[in-house]
Amino acid sequence: MVVTVALGTAPAARAQARVSIELWHALANPLGKVLEDIVAGFNASQSTYRVTPVFKGSYTDTLAAVIAAFRAGRAPLIAQVYDVGTATMMAAKEAVYPVYQLMRDAKVPFDPSLYLPAVRGYYSLPDGRMMSMPFNSSTAVVWYNKDAFRRAGLDPERPPRTWPELRVAAQRIRSAGAARCALSSSWFSWIQLEQFSAIHNVPFATREDGFGGLDAELRINGPLYVRHLETLVEMQREGTFTYGGRDATPDGLFPSGECAILEASSALRARVVREAKFAWGVTFLPYYPDVPGAPYNSIIGGASFWVMRRPDATPEQYRGVAEFFRYISRPEVDARWAMETGYLPVTFPGVERMRALGYYRDNPDAWVAYQQLTRTRPTPNSRGIRLGNLPQIRIIIYEEVEKAFQGKQTAKQALDSAVRRGNAVLREFQRENR
Amino acid sequence: MRRRVVFRNRWLPYALLAPQLALTVVFFLWPAAQALSQSVYVTDAFGLRARFVGLGNFVALFTDPLYLGALRVTILFSLTLVAVTLAAALGLALAANRPMPGAAVYRTLLVWPYAVAPAVAAVLMLFLFHPAIGLLGRWLRAHGVPWDYTLNGTHALVLVTLAAAWRQVSYNFIFFLAGLQAIPRSLVEAASVDGAGPGRVFWSVVFPLLSPTTFFLVVVNLVYAFFDTFGVIDALTKGGPGEATETLMYKVYVDGFINHSLGSSAAQSVVLMTVVVLLTAVQFRHLEHRVHYG
Amino acid sequence: MRTLRRALPTHLVLLAGVFVFAFPVYVAFVGSSYDAATIGRGQMPLVPGPVAASNYVQAWTSGSGERTSGVPVRVLLQNTALMALLIAVGKVGLSVLSAYAVVFFDFPFRMELFWLVFITLMLPVEVRIIPTYKVVSDLGLIDTMGGLTVPLMVSATGTLLFRQVFLSVPEELIDAAVMDGAGPLRCLWSIVVPVVRTNIAALFVVLFIYGWNQYLWPLLVTTSQARQTILIGIVRMIGGGEAATDWNLIMATTVMAMVIPVAVIVLAQRWFVRGLVEVEK
Repeated sequence: MVVTVALGTAPAARAQARVSIELWHALANPLGKVLEDIVAGFNASQSTYRVTPVFKGSYTDTLAAVIAAFRAGRAPLIAQVYDVGTATMMAAKEAVYPVYQLMRDAKVPFDPSLYLPAVRGYYSLPDGRMMSMPFNSSTAVVWYNKDAFRRAGLDPERPPRTWPELRVAAQRIRSAGAARCALSSSWFSWIQLEQFSAIHNVPFATREDGFGGLDAELRINGPLYVRHLETLVEMQREGTFTYGGRDATPDGLFPSGECAILEASSALRARVVREAKFAWGVTFLPYYPDVPGAPYNSIIGGASFWVMRRPDATPEQYRGVAEFFRYISRPEVDARWAMETGYLPVTFPGVERMRALGYYRDNPDAWVAYQQLTRTRPTPNSRGIRLGNLPQIRIIIYEEVEKAFQGKQTAKQALDSAVRRGNAVLREFQRENR
Repeated sequence: MRRRVVFRNRWLPYALLAPQLALTVVFFLWPAAQALSQSVYVTDAFGLRARFVGLGNFVALFTDPLYLGALRVTILFSLTLVAVTLAAALGLALAANRPMPGAAVYRTLLVWPYAVAPAVAAVLMLFLFHPAIGLLGRWLRAHGVPWDYTLNGTHALVLVTLAAAWRQVSYNFIFFLAGLQAIPRSLVEAASVDGAGPGRVFWSVVFPLLSPTTFFLVVVNLVYAFFDTFGVIDALTKGGPGEATETLMYKVYVDGFINHSLGSSAAQSVVLMTVVVLLTAVQFRHLEHRVHYG
Repeated sequence: MRTLRRALPTHLVLLAGVFVFAFPVYVAFVGSSYDAATIGRGQMPLVPGPVAASNYVQAWTSGSGERTSGVPVRVLLQNTALMALLIAVGKVGLSVLSAYAVVFFDFPFRMELFWLVFITLMLPVEVRIIPTYKVVSDLGLIDTMGGLTVPLMVSATGTLLFRQVFLSVPEELIDAAVMDGAGPLRCLWSIVVPVVRTNIAALFVVLFIYGWNQYLWPLLVTTSQARQTILIGIVRMIGGGEAATDWNLIMATTVMAMVIPVAVIVLAQRWFVRGLVEVEK
């Protein structure tokens, strides 16, 4: 981790010694390669700064490494932290350099209103000031197998929009034997609870889903949630829903053709394009039509760039960080990242550029994700989740839900238990960060 | 025990001991003291705030169902591991101890797994038992067993135990074989001449003489099960599904590095330290006895 | 014929053991000889496939597949071998010096200092892992070969072994050397060490394996890809539970990770067994 500072002393030295900035990230190939290309583009576009990307493993590994490095006074200046780590980063006030402050101090022009509200809201303080720089944002959508639909006598161009419709479609797929598994879901906690709460505008937790304070409590055992989990458990019993495991494990079920319908991240696109040997389509997350105002906007997932404080960092280096952020916010860079990886563009100009290039005309599925994210202005329940130790809470949810699917407890018991255990985790976080 | 011939330099012995002492202080005593001190604080992930809580972390541990769950997993796992590996190793050692053609070849073929790291053993088992791509995993599912260690806690624990045992049997085999070979043939022969069948010979002559080895192996295997199996768990299940394969040691790591609860993690370390000290103390007292009479 | 029948159960037991040990390794080897897609679809058979050579070459030189960005096995093996060597050499060196001091000298606090060193046996590194990590981090040794190896040299197994061994070096040898005018260091180097060289060799083999197979400590201390050891490299390649992983490369790397330690064991079997049995006593 060599930190070289460009000194004004020798002109020859200045020409060669760039200000060096490290960026620690968790993107394995092929995404990591695209990031490296973008960073190389920044380095080539000017001669003062050099950003060096370093792959640190999974998001969990990367965050652990950043924290350990910080404690030793050697944090990287830019750290990619996943969405569920946002609360941890926000609570570490002295350790991070808020983006709004950085851009202001470095006198780099910065307009937060250019960012999609759903994206901006996730990473900002309640009053709108941005704490971290959004980069790779995805949302959840429904992937469906058009060939399987046809086989089941369903219209592939008119996919189901509501849960009742989806259930009927799944039943038709099952009875026609059009696929071994009708419906499954990746990231069960993220999609079936967090996204669920957003599109139905019901609270996931009090205090505006945690944005308002560390004393938030979970609300995922409310009547709508219980009803939804009960529905899924019934569907599993009738064979129309298959619980595929945790996190992204069920991802493989769709491109292989095993499951006809999969609720998953929009970022699954790269795999689907490469591996699916059937006609496929993308549609919006289903909702319960009797919930007033539904469906609302969905929330993002992914990660953002946080700026870390470091005792020996220089103002030049932070200026370099600000310039790097300005570079990646350019419409052409934002659009390129989205088009090559399947993540969403995070700025309006980025979206416009993609539209102008005809990308959305050629890839209507990408447009679904964008529409879903922006169809309403974010409400306090659809701005995102900001809870401490959210990874732990998700694991608790997985455990309880799995027991319900195994028939060991009812949906209500599962969610009550999740709330109880999850609240304990939240109180622990609150204790540690008082 | 003392030697008769000793040197009487003033400073040389200290100089000779200094490197190891220095390392001991820096990398053993200091961290151990830090673990003790950290266990009485509650800190945030980044180390920006610390609050003294006395024994609060310890109390929280013993009232935490997850910690008690990890305790249960650890005990179940260790006892199973010790029983299985000792029995299998003893059986193999008894068989390998007989004079027969190819004995040396057998021995070589049974000794090498010890060289395989527990984490590698775990990867081998993962590849074999993965429900989607593993030869045996698929075979089980094709024959009606709903084998899936990524979803089923019991399956996960079975697999982790199997992976941890696989290479440890080899280690125990080495010791049992050495122990068996140290038993004078005359004793064994005398017993058989007296008309005792092989079973009687084993239980009344061989097993008692093996008991120091057995005792030693029990302690070593317990320590292995508690600590060295970290690699196995991390490679196979990462403590999951749920906390089904999360041992106390793995929980120290998860709470410290992933959940950033350093105070709790330190408290857990202190508890483990106490357990190990007791185990080691028991072992050495027993060995001291043996050295005196052996 | 009768002896054969009586020997049959013994042979069966031994063969069963050999098979249980060998089968997973065989399957891993088979896995390293197919392409990732075949394995990923669950269609790998029991016999080796066609692409072993290319898999090994790919793992050796780049370590990266379609889906993962790995480290060349060449680098991983170098790191691991260097680490194991340093740990073995360091520990042997330290223990010989310390045991020599405790056995062949008389000085104040002799036994107290010995006990101080001895208690390191009580706590494996895993139990004090996080504070040790912090100390190493404070010293700036994270992600360095020093930080990787030195903390693992601490435990006193070797010192204990050599103390026992030195106590049984014949008095006459030392007497003779002293009467010839040899000082303590001469004695150590020319008399004692040669006498115990088989113990040294045995301990070296045991410690090399021990160092090679370290997992938790390298996991924490190596943060850059270039410094990873081969065990960490393998587990990181398996990653996050997606079914689409480069299994062929992972298996090739796993096989290569096993070759050196197993070869060491098999070749040095006698020393190794002796070393193991004596170290733990």
